[in-house]
Order: sequence, then structure tokens, then C-alpha cells
Amino acid sequence: QFGAEFRRFSLDRYKPGKFEDFYKLILHIHHIANLEVMIGYADVHGDLLPINNDDNFFKAVSSAHPLLRVFIQRQDEVDYSNFGSNTLSRKKKALVTLRNDNLRRRPHINISMPHDFRPVSSIIDVDILPETHRRVRLYRHGCEKPLGFYIRDGTSVRVTPHGLEKVPGIFISRMVPGGLAESTGLLAVNDEVLEVNGIEVAGKTLDQVTDMMIANSHNLIITVKPANQRNNIIRSSRMSGSSGQSTDSTASHHSLPTSHVLQNFHPDEMESDEEADIVIEGGLEPQHIPKLHSLTSSSLSRINGSSLSHRLQRDLVLNNSSGRESNGNIHKLLSSLKTDPRHSLVIPRGGIEEDGTVITL
Amino acid sequence: MRRFLRPGHDPVRERLKRDLFQFNKTVEHGFPHQPSALGYSPFLRLMAIGTRSGAIKLYGAPGVEFMGLHEENNTVMQIHFIPDQCQLVTLLDDNSLHLWSLRQHGGASELREEHRFTLKGPPGSPPSATQVTAVLPHSSREVLYLGTESGNIFVVELPSFRVLEDRTISPEAVLQRVPEDNCSRRSCELVEVLREHPKNPDQILIGYSRGLIVLWDLQNNKATHHFLGSQQLENLYWQRDGSKFISCHYDGSYTQWPVSSDNRQPEPLENTVPYGPFPCKAISKIYWQTTKNGLPYIIFQGGMPRASYGDRHSISVIHGSQQTAFDFTSRVIDFFIIFSSDPAAEFDDPSALVVLAEEELVVIDLKSAGWPAVHPPYLASLHCSAITCSHHVSNIPLKLWERIISAGSKQNIHYSSMPWPIDGGTNIAPDPPQRDLLLTGHEDGTVRFWDASGVCLHLLYKLSTVRVFLTDADPNDNMNTLGEDEWPPLRKVGTFDPYSDDPRLGIQKIYLCKYSGYLAVAGTAGQVLVMELNDEDAEHVVDHAEADLLQDQEGYRWKGHEKLKTRDGPVRFEAGFQPFVLVQCQPPAVVTSLALHSEWKLVAFGTSHGFGLFDHQQKRLVFVKCTLHPSDQLALEGPLSRVKSLKKSLRQSFRRIRRSRVSSRKRRGGGGNASEVQEANAKFDQDALQEMELAPVQRKIEARSAEDSFTGFVRTLYFADTFLRDSSRHCPSLWAGTNGGTVYAFCLRVPPAERRMDEPVRAEQAKEIQLMHRAPVVGILVLDGRSTPLPEPLEVAHDLSKSPDMQGSHQLLVVSEEQFKVFTLPKVSSKLKLKLTALEGCRVRKVTVANFGSCKTDDYSENDLAVLTNLGDIQIISLPFLKLQIRFPCIRKEDVSGIASCVFTKYGQGFYLISPSEFERFSLSTKWLVEPRCIVDLPEVTSNNHVHSKSGPENAARKSSPGDCGEDERKSGRLMEHALLNDEKVLKEIQSTLEGGR
Repeated sequence: QFGAEFRRFSLDRYKPGKFEDFYKLILHIHHIANLEVMIGYADVHGDLLPINNDDNFFKAVSSAHPLLRVFIQRQDEVDYSNFGSNTLSRKKKALVTLRNDNLRRRPHINISMPHDFRPVSSIIDVDILPETHRRVRLYRHGCEKPLGFYIRDGTSVRVTPHGLEKVPGIFISRMVPGGLAESTGLLAVNDEVLEVNGIEVAGKTLDQVTDMMIANSHNLIITVKPANQRNNIIRSSRMSGSSGQSTDSTASHHSLPTSHVLQNFHPDEMESDEEADIVIEGGLEPQHIPKLHSLTSSSLSRINGSSLSHRLQRDLVLNNSSGRESNGNIHKLLSSLKTDPRHSLVIPRGGIEEDGTVITL
Repeated sequence: MRRFLRPGHDPVRERLKRDLFQFNKTVEHGFPHQPSALGYSPFLRLMAIGTRSGAIKLYGAPGVEFMGLHEENNTVMQIHFIPDQCQLVTLLDDNSLHLWSLRQHGGASELREEHRFTLKGPPGSPPSATQVTAVLPHSSREVLYLGTESGNIFVVELPSFRVLEDRTISPEAVLQRVPEDNCSRRSCELVEVLREHPKNPDQILIGYSRGLIVLWDLQNNKATHHFLGSQQLENLYWQRDGSKFISCHYDGSYTQWPVSSDNRQPEPLENTVPYGPFPCKAISKIYWQTTKNGLPYIIFQGGMPRASYGDRHSISVIHGSQQTAFDFTSRVIDFFIIFSSDPAAEFDDPSALVVLAEEELVVIDLKSAGWPAVHPPYLASLHCSAITCSHHVSNIPLKLWERIISAGSKQNIHYSSMPWPIDGGTNIAPDPPQRDLLLTGHEDGTVRFWDASGVCLHLLYKLSTVRVFLTDADPNDNMNTLGEDEWPPLRKVGTFDPYSDDPRLGIQKIYLCKYSGYLAVAGTAGQVLVMELNDEDAEHVVDHAEADLLQDQEGYRWKGHEKLKTRDGPVRFEAGFQPFVLVQCQPPAVVTSLALHSEWKLVAFGTSHGFGLFDHQQKRLVFVKCTLHPSDQLALEGPLSRVKSLKKSLRQSFRRIRRSRVSSRKRRGGGGNASEVQEANAKFDQDALQEMELAPVQRKIEARSAEDSFTGFVRTLYFADTFLRDSSRHCPSLWAGTNGGTVYAFCLRVPPAERRMDEPVRAEQAKEIQLMHRAPVVGILVLDGRSTPLPEPLEVAHDLSKSPDMQGSHQLLVVSEEQFKVFTLPKVSSKLKLKLTALEGCRVRKVTVANFGSCKTDDYSENDLAVLTNLGDIQIISLPFLKLQIRFPCIRKEDVSGIASCVFTKYGQGFYLISPSEFERFSLSTKWLVEPRCIVDLPEVTSNNHVHSKSGPENAARKSSPGDCGEDERKSGRLMEHALLNDEKVLKEIQSTLEGGR
């Protein structure tokens, strides 16, 4: 895998040596020059992403500015499946370092291996849905990228026992350029919205559907009937497909952008994906919000993390000057922190808090 | 199939639900929106009001109310009671006639529509031929005379609405009998008014619009007399003895005409322009009422000098040398006089003048000196200043109730002591089970206290907060009484006054503690007043404190309104609720939430910037907390920045209008170059229009982020004595929820009573919860160890509630617009939740805990959440398991103001505004139901005898169709019997009224 990575890496490298410089710097700083290590970083959402080329190095530097949290793992301990997934992977994160990195790089074209990315969308339930429908799951990580689409009222034609009938429906009316919905390529203008998170929209008003989508925005699953039926995924058992379906040979080619992640949708997964409320306890005298620039770098990092709304990592401020710790140690620490098996996170009083700063959310 | 296997769907619970919940819209309180017609039956002593939306409402004695709705929803133009019947006829603006009757059903009377009818002319005739302009229900109760625009008078049989064509009085027939040369066909166009002779039912007076008046003999089908008025006719009125009648005219004059058998073309006795000599407005209706002392009451509507008082809505009363022009703040729809209805009485002896104005009902006592107004027990103008908020308090202790009533009675001394003159029907509804108060806050800085226990929403007491502040308006402005020699003698009556001196005075939040009599009121300019009930007038200084909710946040500038200036020095307050402390929020933004704890003597308030806690015992600010997000620009600048964008769009639209005006002007000018410009303009406009039409209604799908505006807006505040820190010690706490989905919890240390004045109240932030879905928090509630909501302050001290269970673990319920979520305490971890929006797409607008009792067993009751959503649905959700019990559609989802105004009671009832002036009352409970239940009886025997004895000729007419009448009598007799059997009290009531009548 690493070899493949390297190969692609070299293709686009306009400024060779940048990542390697950084790599060497890291090794030098940590006095681990003799080890094969994998460098990762925590992105704005707390997800662990690797740094192994200029592009993601640049991405890491620019997106995490002014702070870059670098994770270093021994090469043979790296579990690639961890990269890019959010909730599950957090429990087994490796060494954590915190660095204030002021490096700035010029932008490059982002090309890398798929495992450098988090999934942003997926087509699910292909096996149970009719071919004319598509169930799309949008993963929203934090709030840096808007969901980015609009819906409208419209009429759609349905086949009923009484023949064709016009019924009111909800349609995608517009995509925000650069938004999440557009970037997935799975949704398009004039697609009819049939379900939102398993609930049929038939009979609901535009405002109701809007509210439902927004309420589910952190894990939005919409079932659409695409306006363009030519991009549909063709099942292996073509017998079951409707006879009227036109399936040309280019179908698989068209479906390329949509097929990068295919997985089955489990209802309970939705629950596990649920974002938890944050509870902060402490005997704090009411006081006003401290301004950002007045903070020390360590508390700043927590503010960054928490304001971007994910769990745990923000409060895990460990100094790695002593070197590195094993996966197991971190795991233990994390599980001790996660006292509550339910979704809510309660940090023990006087636990990791360094000072009495109120964390604003 | 799976649905039925789901746990929780057990038949026992389903049965229990049926015993607990039931949805009814029970009664409409307040003043009908857009009234359009008025009717009165002196026989039934019932008043009827028709509205522009086709509703018809009947009112009698307090508690006696009926409502009907015409299917067509057309404006009700006229209402006429059928003499001596429980029936009335309405004329709508689509020219249809409807017959309504009051029938007894299940022991109570009901208003039902019986028949409808539209007059049809011969084929090919113009629609004006049958356009009904005047309706006369004849005292024979068998026919209606319908005057039309064409001048024809049609006769219609009742109740079948069969047109008796042979009895039609055509203008030709009338002209044949009027031997005058100066009467042309045109003088018989449009029948303005029809009046039956008071003594002789065979004669009717026909008034044509152009001034011709004819006395028509129905028996012989001829005109016995005719009267030629020179002015356009407005209305006619017979004097009681039938010897004279009076006509009123378009030029503001009225004329008295004699009717004698010898003179066939009499000259007017008297022609007066009461407010002359300069041109006057029309007198549209007139009454001439005789009295024992010989001086008549002349009461008429309008007639004001056109130039200087033409804009006044007035009704003048002249009695000898006394003359008053009652001046109404809104248009007069109609009026009537209550006078002696006994046909045998020699004089009219008017007792009251009842005026229906567009926005209120005013009743003037004509018996007492000075003609004071009568305080109406119903039809209160809720909107005399626009309602800005409302607050309901159930089960008021008798002591507080009496004190409020006594404070109110001191305000009402200028009202007449006359008993309510419209007293028909009998209220048979059971007495209200408890005393309920509805408090409404108004735009003019007043709080009105309404008795909401029963069917009649009755004003008890009015509290004004204005006196604390310095306003531009001179208080003496309203006091200036008119001098003696003032002409015309105008006198302002009524309470409808929609003009507020200063919008900042508006009341936004009210909180009344029914046990201690403490009241907190908060307003538009960040003012929070704490008041105490005092039975005496008092003069004292209002303490003043400022709460800087921004604290030292830098770079923020409030661009909204300034705070209200306060009056220096002691202020005189009348008996009632008297403010003793004013907390002024800085910046002076609208107070968005308020909570009062009378036991701890604390008041909490919140705005869009933060919230604070004030100790009103020590008069000391305990703490403030800023809830602003650094990017919350909108909240910081105040409402003006939002106005800015509105202003911008307004400016743009004005520009567009101006542009189109300019272009049209140029079009008229017709210059060569101009036409090009104009063409371009037209094209631009068209393009813009097209653009507007093409863009469909669409909604952006965007997750809520922390950066949204108004996240700091404090939506709810809640006091609770619970386990906040650890599970062994409980302590007072204050909870606050914001628009951004944050809940703050503060631990309070309230010194014990004996050291309450010596030690300060301390507060410490204990928890902060951020809901991940970031929806606005609309309600916070703590459930005790038995999962019962914590009681209200002082409730336990007054032995009115079981003390909360402090042994078991408490739970916290946070209601956001999107979810209900139960957390454990003291460690806040999510226990269970109900996602409303994610599943149904609706949002929580209002939520309250309500107690529902079973209608089957007295000892069972449970607490549930009553929830109103943005779709206008009401849902009942069980506690503590958050299971949806039942759902009722209640308010149209388009009715945003109705949804916003909804207020629930503690026992499963509620109110919402159906118009600016009307509250609809609804009930979710099977047990607590306040609805009108009343009986209207024909005072059968006595009055029929009167009719029989007085009208011989009519009796003869009746014989032609004897079956009809007899059956009617029998039927009512039976119903009467039924009622008597049903209720002994009613029997006594009826007996007493009958005796009184004799």
C-alpha cells in the first residue's frame, strides 16, 4: 500500500522534498530517525488523517492552521482502516502530539489515494431499493462545508391502479456550488425526494420536509428518484430489473463517480452515529467569554476542537515530548475517559481541565 | 402488522386514553372580528351579531351564547328575529336568506340553520330586480316582506320560503294608488325600509330611497296614505301608538309625519336638522321613544356637521334639554334601544342604548343621570390595545381573587350599576369548578386580568405600567372634559384605543404567583417590573437597578431603541398591583423570558443577549450571564439591522413603483426619446416580474451551525430545587435555555428566612449542556423521584401539592423545538428522547405540563405534556416516557399569529387568538370542559295571549293555516316539559321570570 501511495505521489510532485523535509524534521525532532513511521494528523473534526505527501501535508497545514496536531505511528502498527472513519476509529488512536506549526505552503492539486479521505457520501441499500431509486447518505463532518442544496414543490407522475396520476412531490431545485451535495455527484437538480431518513415525504409540506432534513442534517439519508435515470446502478441480477428500463453499456461508466463506496445501511448504525450532547460541569463563577487571542496554546486547542463539535480529542492534551506510547495505552486512557456508555460525555470534575476557563460551544 | 406488536400498544392504555383525552373547541371569547350586522329580539331578550365571515352569534344573559356559521362565509348584511319566535332570518351579501332557529336538544338549546332561500325573479329580469334591500318579518310570523332594488316587494311564506306571487307589491300598483303627478316610476326605485304599523298588522309603511313613503293596506291591497319627502330617505320609525312616524334623511334631517284617517296626503309636522345649519351627514337610523313625563327620547345615528365633524362615528341622544353625541372610536355598525316590550304598556320608557361599533360593544344606561356606560359581562374588546402576550393561572386562591376583584371594582366606579339589560335565556352550565385568571399584556403597557373561569371572559382589573415611566404623552391629554357650551356635545365612549404612546411600553412576558400576589411583568425595552398587590392607594419610589447583560464585551454596539426614561421621585399608584422595583436590562432589548420564584424572592429574566437573576427582597442583582456568541452580530445591533434589510427591499419596491409612474407619465407626454426609455423600463419591469414568477418557492437545506444568529437569545428560564451537584444534597437552581440549543444551570444559595436580608444570594454555574442538534430550547422541567414535575413555588407551603420526592433520583427534561430529551441528574446523561422534527418535520412551538383527570374515575389523574407544533397540531406526550398519546389538529398552519398566541392551562385547556379580538377556547381533557350550555324558552303562554288578544285581524289570518301554528306550540310545550323534568333549578328560574314578567 505504501508503495502504491508513493507511486502516485511521485506523479504529481511539483515540489519534491517538501513532505520529506517535514518527515525528516519530525523524525529529527522526536529522535526516531531510525524508525519507519506513519505521520497522521487530526483534521478539524478530530478525524485522523495521514500525512504522507505534499498535498495532504499542505492540506493539513492549511486546514489546521494555526494548530496542527500530528500523530506519529510506527509503520507496522498502522491500521489503514482507521483513516478517514470517524467515530469508531477514535477509540484506537495512537500517539498524539501537539504542535504549533506556522508553515504555510502554496496550494497544489489534490490527488491522492482514497484512504486519505473521509467518506462524504455513499449509496446504500442498493439491494433492497428499486433500480429507479437511489438512497444517498451524506456525511456531514462539522460545519465547514454546507450541505448545499435547495428543495422545491412540484408534481410527479405516478402509476396507480387508476392509471397515471399527478401527485405533489418534493424536488431538488438547486445545488450550491462547492457544497457537499454537489460534490458527491449523487444528487442532481430535479431529483424527486421520496424519503428522508426512512420517512416518506409524501403528504408532507415543503417546510416539513425542510425541517426533517435539517433535523437529520448530521446524518442525512435521502432516497431520491433521480431525474436522470441513465446513471442507475445495475444489479447483477438483471432479471429483476423492470422491463422498461433502458440499460445501455455505458451505464457502468456513468456510475463511476457514485460507486466509490457501496455499503449496506443498517438502521442501528444511524443510532450509533448520533452526535451526543456536550455537558460541561464545574463550579465556575459566571464570567464572560474569553477572547481567543488571550489564550494559551493548549487551551486554544481545546477551544478549537470543541467549537468544531467533536468528542474527546479536544480534551486529550498529552505531551509527547517523552516520545510515544503504544496503541494500548491510549486506548485505555480513552476508555477511562468515556465513563458513560451512552451518548453523552461527562468529563469528571477537575479531571483534565487545566484552568477554569469556560469552554464556549 | 408490526405496529400492533409494538410494546406500549396495550388495550388498557388505549381505553384509559379515551377516558383522559378529548379535543373540543368550546367557546369563542372576546369581540367578533369584523361585525357587520346586529339584531335584537325584545321578546327573547337576545342579541344577534353577524360578521363579515358569515358567523352569527347570539348573546343573552351572561353565559347564554350561541354560534352559527353560514356555509358560504359571506358577509351577514341584516339580521331579523321573527316576532315572538325562537327564530331569526339573516340576509347575506350574496342575496341569500337563511332561517335559523333555536331548538332544544339534549336539555340545552342549539342554534341550527333550518332553511335557505334566494329570491328568483322572472327569467330574463336583471339581478337588481331581486336584490333584497329591506326585510320585514311580519308579526303574523307567517310571511316575510322583502323590499328589493327594483322597488318590488315580494311576500315569502315562512318557514318554507315559498314566494306568494299574488301578494307581490309592485311599484306600478303603488303608483296607481298614488294619484300624484309628481310621482314618477323613478320615485319607487329601491325599497329602503319596510315598517309594520305597531297597532294594526294589516298596514305597512314602505319607504322608497328617493323619499316617497307609502302606508299600504295589506287587506285591501291599496295605499291608504302617501308622504312625499324632499330628501333621500335613510330610515323610518313608528311611534308607539301608531299616530305618527318619523323619517330620517341623507341631508342630516329628520321629519315627523302624522297619520290620521282623514288626511290622505299629510304635511310634515316637524322637519329638523339637529346639527345644522351647515351641511350635515346623513342620519342613517332614528328612534323616537315616548316616556311618562312626556319628553321623548330622540336617538339617532350620524347627522354630524359634514365639514368639521364628518369623520366622527356618533350616536346622539336628545331628551328634553339634555343632548349628548356619543363619540365612538370605530365605525358604528348598528344600534338598538331596549325599551318596555310589554305591548300593553303605554310608553316606551327606554332603558338602554346598545351600540355595536366595529371594534366594541357599548351599552349606555338611559335611566341613570348622566347616561353612564354599562360594563359588559361579555364581548370584551380584547384588542382595545393590541395583545402582545398572555399568561394563564389556574385555580386562583379565593383571597387573591377577591383582592383583584376589589382592586378592579375601584376602577369601574364610572360604570353604571344597572344590571345587564340583555338577559334572555337561562345559563344551565354547571358552575366553573375553579377560579382561573387569564392575563393579557398589551402594546400600551397595560396588563388586563380576565376572569377565564367560565364562558364569559370578563375584565376584572386593568394594570398599567405606564406610570413608572416618563412618556411623551401628557397625562392630562385624556382628561380634558368638554366645556358646557361645546357644540356638538360630543362625549367619547368605549375603550377601544389602538394607538400606543410608545411601542417600548409593550408587555412581553408576565408571571404571576397566585399564592404570594407577586407579579413580574417585562416589556419591549428590557424593563422588568416586580409588583406586589396592595389594597390601598399608595405613593412610593420605585427602586431601580440596571443589569448589564453584555458585561464588558468589547466592540458591540446596540443600535436598537433606548431604554424608557423613569419618573423621578415617588409615584402615586392606585390600589392593585404596585411596582416596587424596576430592573432595566442593558442593552434594552426585548425581554424574551421571565421566571419568578416567590418563595426565594428571586426573579430571572432573559433577553437576546443573556440572562440575569435579581433578588427582589434585598433589591440586589445576583448575577448576569452573557449568552452571546462572538459572531452573533444581529443580536448585538438590535432589531434595526434586520429592519435595514426590510427597508432596503421596501426602498427597492418603491423605486420600482416610482419608475413605473414616471414611465406612465412620459407615455402621456409622448416624447420620442422618452418612449425609448419607457420601453426599456417596461421591459425591465417585465423581466423583473418574470423573474419573480419563475423562481419557485424553494427552501435551503442547511444544517444549523453555531454561527447562526440569535443563538444567545434566552428562550426559557426555570427555577428548581433539585440535585445539581451530587445525589445527596439538593439545592435551589436556575436553568436557562437558549436559541442555540444551550442549557445553563446555576446552583443558588438562598439564605434561610431568618437571615434572608443579611446574607447575599449566591449563584454558581454548575452545568452547561449543548444539545448537538442546536435547536432552540423552549422548555426545561425537572421531574422528581416519582417522575412528577416539581411543584410551583409555595404550592407545598400552602398544602396544595404533595411535597416532591427528594429520595429517588431526579430527571431533567429539555424540550427543544425539535426533540424532547430526558437526562439523569445530577450527572447529566441522556436517558431517552423523542425526536419530533426528524420524524415528522414539525417543530415545537408551545409546551406545558398539564394534568389530565379521568372522566370515569375521580381518583385517577396523570401529568402529560401538551405540545403545540408549527403545523397547528396539538400533541399529548406522556411523562416520563415521552410516548406520543394522541394528536389533534387545532389551528390552521397558516395562522401564524394564532399559533404564536396559544396558551395552555394546567388542566388541559387552552386559548389562542382567532382574530385580533377573539380567543378560541379549547379543551384537551374529558374532565375540564368550559362550554356554553343554556336554554332559551319562549315565554309561551303569556306572550301568545298578548298576541292573540291584541291582534284580532291577524288571528283571522292565522286560521287559514291553523295546523302549523298549533303544532309549533305543542312542540315547544313538550320541550319545555323536557327541560323542567331535567332540572328543578331551571323550573324555579322560569317560574321566577314568569312571575317577574307579570
